[in-house]
Amino acid sequence: MHLWKNVVIRRLMIPLTWFITSSVSLAIAAEPPAPPTQFRAEDVPGDAGTAIDLFWTLSPDDEEDTKPRKVLRYVIYRKTVDGDKKVPSLNPGTKMIVEEENKFEIIGEPTYRVNKFRDSNCEAGVPYMYRIEAVGQEGLTSTPVELKEPVIASLQWFNLQRSWFAVFVFLICGSVILFIEMARKGTIFKVRKIAGLEAINDAVGRATEMGRSCLFVPGIQDINDIQTVAGITILAQVAETTADYRATLEVPTSRSLVMTTARDTVEAAYLAAGRPDEYNEDDIYYITDEQFGYVASVTGKMVRDKPAACFYMGAFYAESLILAETGNSVGAIQVAGTAMPTQLPFFVAACDFTLIGEEFFAASAYLSGEPQQLGSLKGQDFGKVIGGILLLAGCIIMTLSSFESAFESGEKSQVESDPTFLQSAQTYLKENILGKGGF
Amino acid sequence: MKRTIPLFISAVTGFVLIGTAFIPQFVDWGNDAMAWFNLLAAFAFILGGGNLLKMQLQKISAQQPGWGYAAVTLIAFFITLYVGLAKVGVNPSVKFPEFAWSGEFQEEGSAFWWLFEYIFYPLSATMFALLAFYISSAAFRAFRAKNTEATILLLIAVIVLLGRTYAGVWLTGWLPNEPIIGSSGITYSDFHLPHLSQIIMDDFTTPGMRAITIGIALGVASTSLKVLLGVDRSYLGSDQEA
Repeated sequence: MHLWKNVVIRRLMIPLTWFITSSVSLAIAAEPPAPPTQFRAEDVPGDAGTAIDLFWTLSPDDEEDTKPRKVLRYVIYRKTVDGDKKVPSLNPGTKMIVEEENKFEIIGEPTYRVNKFRDSNCEAGVPYMYRIEAVGQEGLTSTPVELKEPVIASLQWFNLQRSWFAVFVFLICGSVILFIEMARKGTIFKVRKIAGLEAINDAVGRATEMGRSCLFVPGIQDINDIQTVAGITILAQVAETTADYRATLEVPTSRSLVMTTARDTVEAAYLAAGRPDEYNEDDIYYITDEQFGYVASVTGKMVRDKPAACFYMGAFYAESLILAETGNSVGAIQVAGTAMPTQLPFFVAACDFTLIGEEFFAASAYLSGEPQQLGSLKGQDFGKVIGGILLLAGCIIMTLSSFESAFESGEKSQVESDPTFLQSAQTYLKENILGKGGF
Repeated sequence: MKRTIPLFISAVTGFVLIGTAFIPQFVDWGNDAMAWFNLLAAFAFILGGGNLLKMQLQKISAQQPGWGYAAVTLIAFFITLYVGLAKVGVNPSVKFPEFAWSGEFQEEGSAFWWLFEYIFYPLSATMFALLAFYISSAAFRAFRAKNTEATILLLIAVIVLLGRTYAGVWLTGWLPNEPIIGSSGITYSDFHLPHLSQIIMDDFTTPGMRAITIGIALGVASTSLKVLLGVDRSYLGSDQEA
């Protein structure tokens, strides 16, 4: 009896159960998914009329935990709607309004659980109609959902999302220009001593005494990087000093344009120092664009020639420590300056002096001593004051707001109320000033 | 004139690029400006290659120290140039099967690809690997407890170093999640090295880095203005010839 039951279960019931469940699951999978709802489109604000954002509510079948998934992806179609077209053959001399029946074309297929899509390939002023479908198992698609009316991407002349940023740029740049003008009119500005820059003269002097060369590395980026430009402006001052001291200055570069710029700069510096005959353009040479090829060449040069002073001024990456440690091992005085926050610790550890961030950008003005350039440093200070005030105001608002929220949650936990002044200020700060809200 | 025209070009281009941040219409102009820069850089590359050849030949002819390396550089330069231009080992493309050289010069299996894969990459990786030794020697020098500040730096470095490795978990993972004094809220587990390391990174390092970044941003703005307004022209060289 027991054996008979086992046979029935194994031979009949199990295949039957498998058949029923698989048939049911096939029947479920064979159904097309429900369409997404609330399909809408918005012109992307603050652009040149080249993008439209699409949003929709997920299909009711697009559930997170359902397996197999009933919705695999969404397909978005687009067509242009040409509502004003001449058809001369029908009514000569008259204009007939027709709707161009362009075909819908697929422009994107976002995956399941995604409810937005940006069409970045639009033309300003052209009306577009969009359609969306949910695609399920076996390629079955839902009923298409179309926009109620076409949408037009419009060209904006000013990106209002960045209006607060524009205000800060205007304030800071304005202050820099103002202080430069003040310096031009004779106002004298005091600048604190920067040890790293004071050391440049000593380093070049030491190289002269030892009869060894000075090595200037302007980073590994091209001349379109502002750090390289800042490095080259420092090179002008260093070259003037080496010309004065009659020391040899070598500038290996990793970019051709940097080489040509550095040559012009050093030539001008030697001319300004009254020693044009000492200038040798072969001391400024190109090695390679490749990061580690450049490093191998420069470190090899250091080990062979043992320069007495090494200057690293520009944009650096992983090569910073290799260069600085090699310089250290040959006993050179080393001054580094960069605006790469990740490389600063390496330079601090391996060099005698390091110009940190803003000091690096201030170096040219500091070394030249020109009143106009020193004026720009005061503009920078004004920017710091603005930044400090904003930071302080933000911290106070956020702190008070969190206290207020904690107090309110203790007093009336579940009651919905209008946001207080502090909460509104906090939201405005986050969304409009720091975010993309604008004015 | 030698300085005026470049200054004018850089000022116009610079202000257009600033404008791209606020005026959407300028975006295309900004892209054009960058395309022009890439064109210039491509032509300058020929200049750079010429200079490289000249310098290496000078070294060899004068038998300067390390002239053997110059010879290796030249040989490698010409081999790579030939292999790349002649498309050695490249299969014809599907579109133009009748032309032997119609394939991609970097295609897998070609001689150029082989040079990159088996010579260039290993050599670059070797140089990069040297960094590990340099980090050790720099850390050894930087973390010597010479004075109070250096001692604090050493302690913090040890906490961060251990906290970011499995050693931190192994050393302090046993600390219980129980309050130290009554209901003060401080538990023994708060002194887990990974937790302390995270506090140092979040509460001390991040604000410091942000302060440096703000300074850098202001420095960038100021330097850019000096360059665009022609206040600092040292990068343009001189109007006269040396």
